[in-house]
Amino acid sequence: MILGILSLQPLTWPTVATALALGGVYALMAVGIGLVFGVLRLVNFAYGQLIMAGGYALAYGSLWNFATWQSILLCFGVVLVLTVLMDRLVFRPLRTSSPTVMLVATFAVAFLLQNIALLKFGPLSKNVGSLAQLNAPWDIFGVQIKEIAVLAVVTALGCLFILQLLLTRTPLGLHMRAAAMDFRTARLLGVRANRVIGAAVIISGLLAATSAVFLSVQENSISSTFGLQDTIIVLAGVVVGGMNRPIPATLGGFSIGFATGILGGVLPADKTQYLTSFIFAAVIVVLLVRPNGLFTRGGGAVERV
Amino acid sequence: MSVARRLPEVLVPALLVVATALLGLAVSNYLEGYFVNTLVKVAIVVGLYVFIGNSGVLSFGQISFVAVGAWTAGVLTVPRADKPIAFPGIAHFLATTNVGNSASLALAAVVGGVFAFAVGLPLMRLSGLAAGIATFAVLEITNNVLGYEGLIGPALNGFSSVPPTTGIWQATIGCLICIAVAYAYQRTRFGRMLRATREDPAAAAAAGISIHRQRLVAFTLAGALAGFAGGLYVHLQPLAANDLFLDLTFITLAMLVVGGSGSLLGAVVGALAVNGIYTFFTAAVNTVDVFGWHLHVRAGTAEIVLGVLMVLVLILRPSGLTGGRELSLPRRRRALADLEKARATT
Repeated sequence: MILGILSLQPLTWPTVATALALGGVYALMAVGIGLVFGVLRLVNFAYGQLIMAGGYALAYGSLWNFATWQSILLCFGVVLVLTVLMDRLVFRPLRTSSPTVMLVATFAVAFLLQNIALLKFGPLSKNVGSLAQLNAPWDIFGVQIKEIAVLAVVTALGCLFILQLLLTRTPLGLHMRAAAMDFRTARLLGVRANRVIGAAVIISGLLAATSAVFLSVQENSISSTFGLQDTIIVLAGVVVGGMNRPIPATLGGFSIGFATGILGGVLPADKTQYLTSFIFAAVIVVLLVRPNGLFTRGGGAVERV
Repeated sequence: MSVARRLPEVLVPALLVVATALLGLAVSNYLEGYFVNTLVKVAIVVGLYVFIGNSGVLSFGQISFVAVGAWTAGVLTVPRADKPIAFPGIAHFLATTNVGNSASLALAAVVGGVFAFAVGLPLMRLSGLAAGIATFAVLEITNNVLGYEGLIGPALNGFSSVPPTTGIWQATIGCLICIAVAYAYQRTRFGRMLRATREDPAAAAAAGISIHRQRLVAFTLAGALAGFAGGLYVHLQPLAANDLFLDLTFITLAMLVVGGSGSLLGAVVGALAVNGIYTFFTAAVNTVDVFGWHLHVRAGTAEIVLGVLMVLVLILRPSGLTGGRELSLPRRRRALADLEKARATT
């Protein structure tokens, strides 16, 4: 393994572009997971299954000969409905439980949705059809870069910018940040709990749908385990970055996506199967050195007794 | 508390296991495999309980110790003649070493324990989400390495020609050993200290308990039990790395949570109940007769039923079926009467 690391492949521009795109998509997922965690203290393991549902929506859209925008609309619709259902049926009854119980519950929901998909859509993977044309390379200053990579980076930046405006410039954003800091005090000061939680859930659903579009195009093969591994990696990234604040969480998601992309490109061909090990080993090391998060300042939240 | 009154705490789980085994013996040979499988799952869940139940810290890494144990026991017991075919790229030392059935189980426990200790030494400093994600990372790395590394095992192919020594007897005895070890541990001062840190970390630390050390003890012991259970498992059926990954992690966690993660009884009851339901629906894919009613379901129904059940239990009864309590006989009246009398005479 050590010798394998020494004989790395050279870093190329397409690799950097792919890594940036993956980082961008993972950053969006990280925001979606981080927002819900902020207001609900809930780590949503089932986030990947929202993305899977979106992927299937796109695949069926192309199967039914929908236009691209119709497929994407269908994807957003399906993901949003599923997000709201998940919140109403599972997360709301569990709102007062301990974080561990909620985490295990989302684990159960993830497993449930995955198996429903397996039962409903079968074990064979589906592809997203016409959308896959976005994988065609663009010629930018003599470098071949996939169209989707550019789109992903631009969209991610756009979404994050809008979200930042929403969080810092609107009353709703203020309420959400207040709720993320201290839910009980925020409620005492007149923040309406259901509105804030509803907003966080819907925004996280929108981000899941956006991520679903990009991930589906990049991988172009939707199966019941689609999005599962990505979610696990993003969750690790979010915790590594710092779960309590949106910006560290986003940076964490981006870094882990970027690192995965770069490592995937530079590892020698016979070592790429150990990519997961390298990434998670790095996660463990960072957690041990900075348990409160890589991008948080100070000692982080003090544990209350 | 008298010993006699505490006896049911360990006897009831043990009797449940024995009853399952007897039921397994009574049914047809065809169905016996399901019972053996259930008993192995009970052993895995008891190992899971030793750490999660006593410490209250969620660990997703337990199945990696099961996997390591399975690899140890499997690689060491495949007949030497079959090894070049079963493990094409294996290290010379492993290709030439063979041990018997019991020794392979013991070694699986040792390797599982050592691995858990090595992993736990740094990781047990973490708590909360960081601990959860870190143990998840361990699971991912273990699955990745075992799944691809030909030097230490069958890599992508999975196991073949491991002697199938785990029958109903071996499974029962193995399961009883796990229960006995888990119970003995939770009665020692180590177990009690860890439970104190679960109830109130700050107070426990103030009373001089090292949270890190106590968690590490339980993590190592749980790893050893997991390795042992993994050994039992690989002697039951041919396993591949992905059989010991997310799905098994979920199912065993579901068993623990459904039963009630706070007690040994909960772990055993949960494992038996969930496995019963799961096995029933798995078997129903090939049509089962329920009192003359032919039930036939599609493959995958078992997982869906399990998922729904788990969500329902979490919402309606978050501390599990047993409520996280052990079963012990009620306090006798006489003791109280004696006390009153003693108080009256002084």
